[in-house]
Amino acid sequence: MSAETRSYLPEGLPRPAPAVDGLGAEFWEAAKRHELVVQQCRACDGFQWGPEWICHQCHSYDLGYTKVSGRGIIYSWERVWHPVHPALREGTPYIVVLVELPDAGNVRMAGNLLGDRTQDVVIGAEVEAVFEDRDDGDEPYTLVQWRVVE
Amino acid sequence: MTEDATMRGKTAIVGIGETTYYKRGQSPDPEFKLVLDAIQLAADDAGIDVREIDGFAAYSNDRNDPPRLATALGTRDLTFSNMFWGGGGGGGSGAVANAIAAVVAGYSKYVVVYRGLAQGQFGRFGQGAQIPLAPGAMAFTAPYGLLSPAQSFAMRIRRFMYEHGAEQSALRAISMASYRHAQSNPRAVMYGRELTEEMYDNSRMIVEPFHLFDCCQENDGAAALIVTSAERAKDMKQKPAWVLSAAQGSDYRQAATAHNAPDYATSNFKTLAPRLYGMAGVGPEDVDVLQSYENFTGGVLMSMVEHGFCEPDEVNDFFTLENFSAPDGKLPLNTSGGNLAECYMHGLELVHEAVRQVRGESTCQVPDVNVSMVTSGPMVQPVSNLILAADRGVDA
Repeated sequence: MSAETRSYLPEGLPRPAPAVDGLGAEFWEAAKRHELVVQQCRACDGFQWGPEWICHQCHSYDLGYTKVSGRGIIYSWERVWHPVHPALREGTPYIVVLVELPDAGNVRMAGNLLGDRTQDVVIGAEVEAVFEDRDDGDEPYTLVQWRVVE
Repeated sequence: MTEDATMRGKTAIVGIGETTYYKRGQSPDPEFKLVLDAIQLAADDAGIDVREIDGFAAYSNDRNDPPRLATALGTRDLTFSNMFWGGGGGGGSGAVANAIAAVVAGYSKYVVVYRGLAQGQFGRFGQGAQIPLAPGAMAFTAPYGLLSPAQSFAMRIRRFMYEHGAEQSALRAISMASYRHAQSNPRAVMYGRELTEEMYDNSRMIVEPFHLFDCCQENDGAAALIVTSAERAKDMKQKPAWVLSAAQGSDYRQAATAHNAPDYATSNFKTLAPRLYGMAGVGPEDVDVLQSYENFTGGVLMSMVEHGFCEPDEVNDFFTLENFSAPDGKLPLNTSGGNLAECYMHGLELVHEAVRQVRGESTCQVPDVNVSMVTSGPMVQPVSNLILAADRGVDA
């Protein structure tokens, strides 16, 4: 895992926040510390993502967040050309990847694939998490991005 | 399933109505007035006084609520006010199913299913939310520029195309069928605007693999249809479009956030299709004409595979303009132009077209239609589907 100071997408997109009931707060706090965490059930050890208040496998409410390696596999991807938000008018094309995490029960996370925006994207390629610190909102936050492992 | 627990042949769609269909933002009328118009036209088509409608069913968080509609129309005895949960067009058939349930259960005599959209008045679907914060599940997508329906669904389609070797030509065939059929339909917003292969191939990319013409329109207008019992339907003004079956639902954990549905490359119809066919007592080989909801062409691709019209690895051969063209293609598809080229009335126009095919009144009529099928809202949760027929198929 590594850190990135340049922003992949321009300023002005909605910034991440926990749900109004607090769900997901631990993930964004961990990202600020440059740690990738996934929700894991303390009763059955099952991973789940996105976070929920109950374990879908054993129905325990005793859930925590476990730090994982940040290594993943590209499961699907897309290259966006049409800006659907004013902030993206100067930001296309850009790539969004869906990444599977083998050490977290193959849960998936979406993020941008850093590097050349016109690169060929290969499903099955190995990627690693990159922490992108941003301060373009009311308070700093960190996005979890991805980079192909050479 | 016991005979009592089926809706097969117990109801029919007996009236349809729609306003003029407009490009988005172009309606001269407010949304509520559009819905009133569509309901009155459906009542006229059915040959009933609009005050006889006693039940209302809608979907996709339609803003025009039954108490206000019933008050405006002078409904004497409102018996059923129903909303099918979920967004997109997932409830296009599901709202019909709920109307059927109300009639079969004895709640209501005539239930109207309706949908109204005036995007000039209320804003667009295809724009990303312009808000400072993305809370909860949205936090895992929106800050990465994963904002719109096209962007959300392209990810699923890409995975399906990867797993099954599906090519762009399969998506193009779906789009071209809709545009071809719209050229015969004066109601269609894209009437008079032909689409060629070259135009499709050269059209701008929205989000790979979707070109402009893989994406539905956004429109203004309203549509309404009326469901009643078999007993009433037999003696009404129109030839009944008998309901053989309808299904609604969602596969295992399909609404998992951050794109975590366990079965990802799916339209979400795998559990519904067997229920739909099972209740109707027909199979895909019996379907004469299909209206399949096109939010995006890729959704049609997966819907048709999951309803058994071809194997997933055969889509490049099966998905051709020739196969999908009325009147004599193997499976005429979206014969009014559908969401892509008639009007994005959130798929209710597809149910209207399925009724027209049963009546023999389509502008792209397929000869001797008996089984006329609709699939609504691929890739959302929940989704729904519907089989209509010219033959009631049960003992009267």
